[in-house]
Amino acid sequence: MNSPPKYFAIFLAFARNSLVRDMTFRTNFLVDCVTSITWTAMNLGFYLLVFNYTKSIGAGTGWGVFEFLVFLGTTMIVNSLVQAFFMPNCEELSELIRTGGLDFALLKPIDTQFLISLRKIEWSGLANFFAGGGLVAFGLFRLMTRPENPISIGPLTLGLYLLYLACGVAILYSIMISLASTSIWLGQNRSLYDFWFYITNFSRYPMEIYQGAWGDSLRLTFTYALPVLLVVNVPARVLAQPLHPESSLSLMLAVHTLVGAGLFLAISRWLFSAALRGYRSASS
Amino acid sequence: MTAVLERTRIWWTILRVSLQERLVYRGDFALGTLMRFLPIVTQIFLWRAVFSARGEERIEGYSYEDFVAYYLLTMVGRAFSSMPGLSSQIAGMIRSGEIKKFLVQPVDLIGFLLLGRMAHKLAYYAVAAGPFALVFFLCRDYFPGWPDLFTLAAFLLSLVLAFLLGFFLEASMGLLGFWMLEIGSLFFVYMLFSFFMSGHMFPLDMVSPPWRGIIEFFPLQYLAYFPSAVLLQKATGWELARGLAIQAGWTAFFIVLCRWLWSRGTRRYSAFGG
Repeated sequence: MNSPPKYFAIFLAFARNSLVRDMTFRTNFLVDCVTSITWTAMNLGFYLLVFNYTKSIGAGTGWGVFEFLVFLGTTMIVNSLVQAFFMPNCEELSELIRTGGLDFALLKPIDTQFLISLRKIEWSGLANFFAGGGLVAFGLFRLMTRPENPISIGPLTLGLYLLYLACGVAILYSIMISLASTSIWLGQNRSLYDFWFYITNFSRYPMEIYQGAWGDSLRLTFTYALPVLLVVNVPARVLAQPLHPESSLSLMLAVHTLVGAGLFLAISRWLFSAALRGYRSASS
Repeated sequence: MTAVLERTRIWWTILRVSLQERLVYRGDFALGTLMRFLPIVTQIFLWRAVFSARGEERIEGYSYEDFVAYYLLTMVGRAFSSMPGLSSQIAGMIRSGEIKKFLVQPVDLIGFLLLGRMAHKLAYYAVAAGPFALVFFLCRDYFPGWPDLFTLAAFLLSLVLAFLLGFFLEASMGLLGFWMLEIGSLFFVYMLFSFFMSGHMFPLDMVSPPWRGIIEFFPLQYLAYFPSAVLLQKATGWELARGLAIQAGWTAFFIVLCRWLWSRGTRRYSAFGG
């Protein structure tokens, strides 16, 4: 009777239900996959255009074209995971509040944040996951087979990459659910997606590009206060090794990413429950 | 004569009501405008890094300062040509049956929406002028200086045409809702191409021949790239005249297309819903 809910089994059920729904509208699903891959291909075209004019992004940063492909692939992997698992749910939260549907979620004998965050999975979002994986593999292959100082990837590096990918997703998820939680107080949050786009926009380039007085303050803000810069930069650095991975800066960033991910998850958890305590059902 | 006067009075009232409606959310407006500069910030840093790696050599005639000026000007272009939600608004009206209203009332739907958008834009410029002026003032060193009056006039003309082109292009797409139940995915594809081919992402004259030809073939470059090119004096003399003529041609094409879709669409419309 009082056995704890089996979260993993429930997650699988959510995944299956979403897949069934997606497969009901198969053409729509395919169109979604194709458009998101086209979007990525166009972005890739833009970066290749940029690399037409330069050997690396920033002088002496080591972000050459293949290093950057690993970076871009990592961006795609992180973003596609967030978009497939969390984005549709967080977007719906403000709708649930407006219509009073959140009442039903609160009544379920399961952790509300878990239910709210993972109810719906957008499988077509994962198209870019595979495209990104392909890009990372291609970039790595070229880096490992280049004639002058080819890089080598051991199981440890790969393990660290996966760990920091997870940290990146955790940071983005924390920011997203925190933003969504504010809609419990505000009643409505239509600009969630806009704000999200503007913030994550900063994470899409190697952090070395933020130079100068303005650049430094941006870099510090988005590294320490709102660590969106770490999300892609740290895992991509681990894998592509644009500079010496042993340097103290990288080590500090790595530690900071682990701490930041944990801290942000805790803060978002606190924010979400605090917001729930202030929830007044729409129907009353 | 009185009929024309009556008509003008109706349009004026619609414009005034829409204007008041829009000015309700001015705080949100001003903040939103400032936020919209954020993506450009990263773009500018990216080019800064590229130029530093190249040793400040020009790219296809663009210096770093030109890039900054270009991006800021495309923002102005898009402030005129972007029509958020217009297509889905029209398609939604068709689907829900709200469009019936315009079939029985002596008010033309396209004209009504055009006035609504004009009011929206006027309100937008009234509020956004502050943030825009601030950003342009802070970035004044990136511009080559004040352009001559002729260039300025051509720039304004291209902006007005960009507004009309943007409106009738998106309205035409929305009117496709008479034939298609859901235009969401079609619109998404349009957004995708528009993002790259309007020049929002990079100056379009950077790309090499095969692609350049494809971009030239579509009207999208007149939504953001062309007005900026005019003010930066990338298009002068005959090229400027030709560009403006093609922009006007595309605008006329979409005005006609819009009318045609409206008349064909209303003929096959069967008015579902209450």
